[in-house]
Amino acid sequence: MLTLLLTPCVRETGGAAKVVAAGLVTVGGGIGGTVLYAKWDPKFRSAVEKNVPYSDKLFGLALGPASQDAGLPIRKQDISVFMLFPECKECHDHEDTPVTAAVLPDTESPAATEPLKERPVEEVTARLAQQDQEEQEILTSVSATLEDSLSNTAKATLQAIGAQEAALQAITRHTHKLKEAMEAEVPAQEKSAQWKELEAALADRTCAVTDAETALLKANEALDSLKSEIDKSKGLKVASVRPLVLAAEENLHNMVVDLDKVVTKVHSAQSEAKIVSQYSELVNEAKQQFQREVSSLTPEIQANWKGLTGKLSTDDLNALIAHAHRRLDQLNRELAEQRVREQIHIDAALEQQKLEDQKALEKAVSTALQHVKEEARLEQERKLSELREVMEAEMRTQLRRQAAAHTDHVQDVLKVQEQELKADAEQVLGSKLLEQETHFRQLSQEQLDNFTLDMNTAYARLKGMEEAIDSHVVAEEEARKAHKLWLSVEALNYTLKTADADAPTMPLEGAVQAVRDSCQDNDFALALSSALPEESLQRGVYSEASLRARFNSLRSLARRVALIDESHNSLYQYFLSYLQAALLFEDKQKAPPAQLSSEDLDPFKLLAYATYCLEHGDLELAAKLVNQLRGEARRVAEDWLTEARLTLETRQVVSLLSAYANAVGLGTTQAP
Amino acid sequence: MSEKELGKKWDRCLADGAIKLGTGLGLGIVFSVLFFKRHTWPISFGSGAGLGMAYANCQNDLRSHYFQQRSEKVCKYNKTHMHLKTT
Repeated sequence: MLTLLLTPCVRETGGAAKVVAAGLVTVGGGIGGTVLYAKWDPKFRSAVEKNVPYSDKLFGLALGPASQDAGLPIRKQDISVFMLFPECKECHDHEDTPVTAAVLPDTESPAATEPLKERPVEEVTARLAQQDQEEQEILTSVSATLEDSLSNTAKATLQAIGAQEAALQAITRHTHKLKEAMEAEVPAQEKSAQWKELEAALADRTCAVTDAETALLKANEALDSLKSEIDKSKGLKVASVRPLVLAAEENLHNMVVDLDKVVTKVHSAQSEAKIVSQYSELVNEAKQQFQREVSSLTPEIQANWKGLTGKLSTDDLNALIAHAHRRLDQLNRELAEQRVREQIHIDAALEQQKLEDQKALEKAVSTALQHVKEEARLEQERKLSELREVMEAEMRTQLRRQAAAHTDHVQDVLKVQEQELKADAEQVLGSKLLEQETHFRQLSQEQLDNFTLDMNTAYARLKGMEEAIDSHVVAEEEARKAHKLWLSVEALNYTLKTADADAPTMPLEGAVQAVRDSCQDNDFALALSSALPEESLQRGVYSEASLRARFNSLRSLARRVALIDESHNSLYQYFLSYLQAALLFEDKQKAPPAQLSSEDLDPFKLLAYATYCLEHGDLELAAKLVNQLRGEARRVAEDWLTEARLTLETRQVVSLLSAYANAVGLGTTQAP
Repeated sequence: MSEKELGKKWDRCLADGAIKLGTGLGLGIVFSVLFFKRHTWPISFGSGAGLGMAYANCQNDLRSHYFQQRSEKVCKYNKTHMHLKTT
């Protein structure tokens, strides 16, 4: 077809057609090859679909939808495992298969390219809840049905067992009665009663046996129904039902076993009864035969020949004995025969017995085997369920362990983190604290320094002030003292002025004491104050005016006694001096010369000089001049002189003191 | 007061003189009357004696200071000299 296409094209446009054809061929080949390879390798297909757009459509057209089974084996497992964990709140085993089956289609539906994500927990829990609910419902229904059937079966079985037991009882009773009837030697009436009882017992037995058969049938039916129920519930494949099923199966098995046991018991009883009946038949036959024989021999004797010993004649007796002998012989012969054929019979019997035993054995074995099988199966089932439980528990423990390990790990990590963070925080805190502390210390140190500085300055100032104050105080003290002294001296001075015209001053004692007090530590002042004459202290001194006045009177007297002295002191001399005084006239006042000559030592002159001095306030000179008087004049003027002296002394001392006080006062006052 | 001493002395003198004179006179009178038959001479005698005594007393009194002085000086002198003598 391509060549057909090509040949006309070659004729007309050879090269271009060739190129086009070649290109088409290449492209088609590439696409076909890709499609084929994609069909073979799904990975390649997915890669191509990923990289080339719209290729998935092409592949879908060519190959059909991508089958992703082979592509996601690992993922499936992961998912299944992955799914289990969020879902495994109860870890139901039976859920694995349906859940994984549910998971697989769910994971198949999203495309291979879509990332698989975990189902949300709520969905899982909802699913779980739903499943749980379903399970519960199934469980309840199944358990209900099982219980019903179990109860029915149990009832039937019990009934059957009861019936069987009753049958057994009846059989045994019958057999026992038969035995009794066979063996007991009782009188006829009682025998008939016994036979009647036997018949009744037989009837009972047959009744009981039939009842037992029916009950057995019913029980079997019930068991079958239970079995079917169990199988149905097994077919539901719900795990929580298993234990119920198991229990039901066990019950069933037990019931079956019991039933079988009872049935076997009944069969054995029946076989025994058969043997006994056979025996009884044989015995009856023998008896009958014997009876026939006896009756044939002695027709008139009735059946119960045992009680008729008195009625028998000798013939009868002989016939009986002969019959007995014959019988004995026969029996002996039979016995010998029997002995001979003993072994064979025994073998045959053994064989029969073996066969029977074999059959019975086989049957028993088969039933036992069945039972054992059933038991084993049940055991297995039980073990399986136990194992399952154990596994579940183990899984739970493992999961718990994992969770515990996880929590431990998380705890450890948290602890480590905590420690790290704590260390960091502590470090930061420490550094910050340190910083703050250093800052604080710095500040406090600064403060302290400042404070110390201030304190020092304040202290220095205080000290300075204190010193200044002290010095002030001292100076003040000094000044006060000086002032006091001055005051006292002034007082003293003042006391000097308190002299009246003719009276001396107050005693200067007080003032001087005051002065002494005010100059306790001043030796000079003390010396001075002690230099005051006693008289002035005690009596006071006369003022200058009084002295002057006194001198005036004294002068006239001294004039009158001018001539009187040691040698001239008679009365006549007195008269003469008086006369002289009356007749001599001198200047009232005469200025004394600078130097006294011998001429000036005349009393009159002296008195004039002294008057002049006194008038001019110079008591000292006056006193000096008066001191020059001699004789009686001197004696007369003595007192005045002493007074003058006292006054002068006092005044001198006082003036000294005042000068001193002034000086001290001046000294204490601080020049600004 | 030493200046009043003289005055006191004079007072004493005068008083004494007066007393002595008076006493003398009185005695003189008495004696003259009693014993001497009213002669005047006991009166004058008495008064004269009295006066003389007064004069002497007065003079003595006036001199007393000097004599006292002298005696004091002597005593002192004697004392000192005695002391010297004994040592």
